[in-house]
Amino acid sequence: MTTTQLPSQRRPGATAPGATAPGAPTPSAAPRHRRPGYLREQLSGWGMIAPAAVLLLAFVFLPAILGFGLAFTNARLISPRPVEFVGTDNFARLFADPTFWRALLNVTYFAVVVVPVQSALALAMALLINKKFRGVNFFRTVYFLPVVTSMVVVSLLWLFMYRKDGLINELLSTFSFGLIQGADWLNDPATAMPAIIALSIWQAAGFHMIIWLAGLQSISGELYEAAQLDGASRWHQFRYVTWPGLKPTRSLVLVTITIQALGLFDQVSVMTQGGPLDSTTTIIYEAVRSGFKQQETSYASAISLVFFVLVLLISAVQRYLTREKD
Amino acid sequence: MKNALRLSSFGAMAVRILFAAVAAFPIVFMLVSSLKPDQQIFGDMSSVAAFLPIGNISLDNYTAVFDRVPAARFLINSIGVSAVTVVLGIFINSLCAFGLSRMEVRGKRVVFTAILATLIVPFQTLALPLVWWVNQLPYFELNGFSLEISKGWLDTYQVQIIPFIANAFSIYLYHQYFESIPKELDEAARIDGAGWFKIYRQVVMPLAGPATATVAILTFLPAWNSYLWPLMVVQSEELRPVMIGIQYFFQLNVSWGEVMAYASLITVPVVILFIAFQRSFINSIASSGVKG
Repeated sequence: MTTTQLPSQRRPGATAPGATAPGAPTPSAAPRHRRPGYLREQLSGWGMIAPAAVLLLAFVFLPAILGFGLAFTNARLISPRPVEFVGTDNFARLFADPTFWRALLNVTYFAVVVVPVQSALALAMALLINKKFRGVNFFRTVYFLPVVTSMVVVSLLWLFMYRKDGLINELLSTFSFGLIQGADWLNDPATAMPAIIALSIWQAAGFHMIIWLAGLQSISGELYEAAQLDGASRWHQFRYVTWPGLKPTRSLVLVTITIQALGLFDQVSVMTQGGPLDSTTTIIYEAVRSGFKQQETSYASAISLVFFVLVLLISAVQRYLTREKD
Repeated sequence: MKNALRLSSFGAMAVRILFAAVAAFPIVFMLVSSLKPDQQIFGDMSSVAAFLPIGNISLDNYTAVFDRVPAARFLINSIGVSAVTVVLGIFINSLCAFGLSRMEVRGKRVVFTAILATLIVPFQTLALPLVWWVNQLPYFELNGFSLEISKGWLDTYQVQIIPFIANAFSIYLYHQYFESIPKELDEAARIDGAGWFKIYRQVVMPLAGPATATVAILTFLPAWNSYLWPLMVVQSEELRPVMIGIQYFFQLNVSWGEVMAYASLITVPVVILFIAFQRSFINSIASSGVKG
């Protein structure tokens, strides 16, 4: 990013700005460079861009590069020993660790369920509140309520509801007239992850509903009118007008849900601490556990780097699969 | 219009209500339980009473919360940190988007691409190197009349604010919104002799209200809800934000009524704020904000 600043700084010395009269015939490729106020526009423009750009440089790019470097060292958060380069030792240790593979498996399981279910539910919600009707704002607000509730509070609340004698089991028992005796959801390795999946979808579906809604609103109403004139059924309208019209939104929703799912952390940290028997541990949870609790900054950086590469790969594959075919 | 009528038919309304019930029941349960003693919370769970403020209702749990946790201090900290982050975030990100969208700045495409690239870096992967990094940063403090420079931002207010001011998604939202405002307005203002900052402040920003509402909410939520970051960088009790307070309830005997009261206490302000802004927020995302 620093290199991009060079042209604008070099410019004033190269030509006297504003030397050419405005409107003078300049058939060259870049006539705007000589118009009056050019220098002022460059300086004010960079002045406006700089604060945010510098902050992003300092608090996103720099730590990212730093993390990349630390992954190949033996750095600890607080350590009297000097930091040494250790090559790929951290990665060798990581790939030999069964907990890491378990975490990867858990996150894959989580993503494979959450991505399709959450996007479908979010789309259904968006379709239900797309058209204006009496009370539309009430439903929009209620559907969005879980999103404005902090994931920490949500996890705490569901931790309470998932108890063996908690609300979920009582509701199940009441609605099934006592037939279903619920599990001890979070303390059973078989049900802990499904329980976390359910609350995660409950919390985040409203956010993706808003993104779907944006896509739905961008489809012209005339298309629906034309479809109705042709006698298209509701299903055909959805299949041939709505679904193709949502194409750009689809890839956005897919990528954001996937990245969010792979980064699973808060729920696990509050509810299960990765247990029982590592059945809910995740990549980020392992990174925070080793980096923060055990202060192994370098090992945690290696996990973060693997995670980042994974996110990049999956976004790239999704972009490729949902690319414009023409 | 016929379609709209059919959609709002009885069946669709039933599904809407079902979804609303699923979305709302845990929150209603939390608010109602915060008013009840523990025994009654468990007693009411098998019936609809779990969702109704009936029986032995009181604010006892709330007074107990303030005895157990310095809740007032945590609330003040969170309000302060969130408010400063939101105000500075709106200013700095809109300014950046203005430069990128409405001015012919050389190299802006590269910068915009680089800014958007930060969207794919999840914060969790940055957190650990960031802890190490902020601990190296200098810290200026006015002590009487002398300026003191110390090292390390750990355990301060600014470590909870400054890393989160600039935000690629906010810049993107403003950028999209600014693109929809006719450039002729700028031209007219320039002919009248207005400088770029004046155009930003008096022409473009007053028209960008919905984008500002969206950015305000999307900056406020993570600031108010932040948990992982303060857990790592804030040790002093007097600097802690509200989410960290939750830990206090699991140290000794757990009272779920108190937990629900504290959870309600830190959720209700956000819900009120959201309802106040929701129309412009949802409409702005839904009509022009996010597009793929």
